[in-house]
Amino acid sequence: MITARGLERRFRRKGRNGGEVHAVKGVDLDVEAGELVGFLGPNGAGKTTTLRMLTTLLKPTAGTATVGGRDLLADPLGVRERIGYVAQGGGSAPESKVADELELQGRLYRMSKADAIARGAELAEQLDLTGLDQRLTKTLSGGQRRRLDIALGLIHSPGLVFLDEPSTGLDPQSRANLWDHIRRLRAEQGVTVFLTTHYLDEADALSDRLIVIDDGRIVAEGTPDALKARVNGDRVEVGVEPGQATDAAEIAGRLAGAEELSVSDGEVRFRVPRGDVALPELLRALDAKGIAMLSVQVHRPTLDDVFLTLTGRSLREAEEAGRAA
Amino acid sequence: MLRDTWLIFRRDMTAALRNPTWVLIGIMQPLLYLFLFGPLMVKAVQAQGMSEVDGWMLLTPALIAQLALFGSSFVGFGLLADYRSGVVERFRVTPVSRAALLLGKVLANALQAVVQALLIIALAYLAFDLDAPVGGVLLSLVIVFLLAVSLASCSYALALTLKSEETFPALLNAVLIPLLLLSGILLPITSGAAPEWLYRISQINPFRHVVDVERNTFRGDFTMDALFTGSVVVLLMAVLSVWWGTRTFQKENA
Repeated sequence: MITARGLERRFRRKGRNGGEVHAVKGVDLDVEAGELVGFLGPNGAGKTTTLRMLTTLLKPTAGTATVGGRDLLADPLGVRERIGYVAQGGGSAPESKVADELELQGRLYRMSKADAIARGAELAEQLDLTGLDQRLTKTLSGGQRRRLDIALGLIHSPGLVFLDEPSTGLDPQSRANLWDHIRRLRAEQGVTVFLTTHYLDEADALSDRLIVIDDGRIVAEGTPDALKARVNGDRVEVGVEPGQATDAAEIAGRLAGAEELSVSDGEVRFRVPRGDVALPELLRALDAKGIAMLSVQVHRPTLDDVFLTLTGRSLREAEEAGRAA
Repeated sequence: MLRDTWLIFRRDMTAALRNPTWVLIGIMQPLLYLFLFGPLMVKAVQAQGMSEVDGWMLLTPALIAQLALFGSSFVGFGLLADYRSGVVERFRVTPVSRAALLLGKVLANALQAVVQALLIIALAYLAFDLDAPVGGVLLSLVIVFLLAVSLASCSYALALTLKSEETFPALLNAVLIPLLLLSGILLPITSGAAPEWLYRISQINPFRHVVDVERNTFRGDFTMDALFTGSVVVLLMAVLSVWWGTRTFQKENA
């Protein structure tokens, strides 16, 4: 569905002290038909720029790509006909009626009036928008508006749809509901979904496969589980009396495969390949030394840990750095 | 392309009809000129020996040119709103023709300008001593249409280039006020009445010629001499503006 090789984009900075911003520094991508791929990275990593190139909104300064079976550079019109795109900020006009927007969008994709209306009604039903067709889009709730944006992107039944930060700005309930809809659309319509997100939980919950971008380059790729497996095991946090923390740390350090050991305020943290297996052993060893375990937590690796392992900084740090730059 | 233009035209017309307040607000300014400035100007030209009818024949065609000038120049605001809400980008990923995105909007604006002009003419006709031939009025409406097409295209191109709700109106005002004063809309700038230098500057202003041709058609003066310069100017403006607008819409970052 998508094959990209060496996609690059430089921007000229405006103003006197101009210079160049190298937003995307050579991206290779492969997305198969039917996949739900998450494109993950901090704000400013080049996600949206890459997406805008793949959707014909921005010309790459270097590289080639085939999107939906059409060459991006030679046949942008062919690409446009075959893809749907849902922008980060949405795209419905506040003063227009829901039904009018759906019909117009369908007709801009060369559908007949009757087809556009029928397909609009079908999507409205699938996306829980029934009964809203005569409402102005500005009167919709955030979740409804986002679902309308998705309906607009799917009106011409594209084989491939790009969703840019689909759940940004939604409350937790609307988010979960949106995820259900995205999964269902994929299952029912067989549409290939390429979504960008900077939320790890979203990437984790939705994607078959993840592509991680940082600073304009792809830094990793794989299923969420495979990526998590790259992190060195589970994170374990053990609470003990502050006076006994050093002894406890020494014992924990002797566990097979224990790494990244740290101690602070009566808390010992470390990583082991299998936290669940290591714990009973640790408990016995501590007990033998007369150290009482006050609390214990085992964390399975999250995508945040993955990001940290891959890039050397957490997603939050990366974003703060991106904002400061 | 025609179909796309029609779709965009219909969208903008539907929006205008759903909220006709804006069309009415747009016509307020020329209406105020007609009722609060018109009687004063007519008295002033009467003092120069012209008849009352002559006065209204001078003012009304100028007011409909002013309506097209100001009304169509600010349409770029609507595009900026569409740009902010993501509508522009949504349209740009569809296969719709880029030229149609501009033309559909411009035609909707031009039609609104013509309807507003008709309203002004009708009111001037009913309330005051306006006596213009039908053929002349029709031709003047064609010119208003072309003028509105030019200004709306430029307004969209400018709005999309600046992409700023602050600089856009500031720049417009800086450009429009001298254009208005040097066009003779309020008081004809003739070689007899105006100082020589002012008259010469006004000759450079394309709108001056458009206002002149509006007045000539209103008088029913269809001679080559009366129509040629203004018609060429307005046609040329329309062609250049639409070209600029289309180019801006086609540029990748628009």
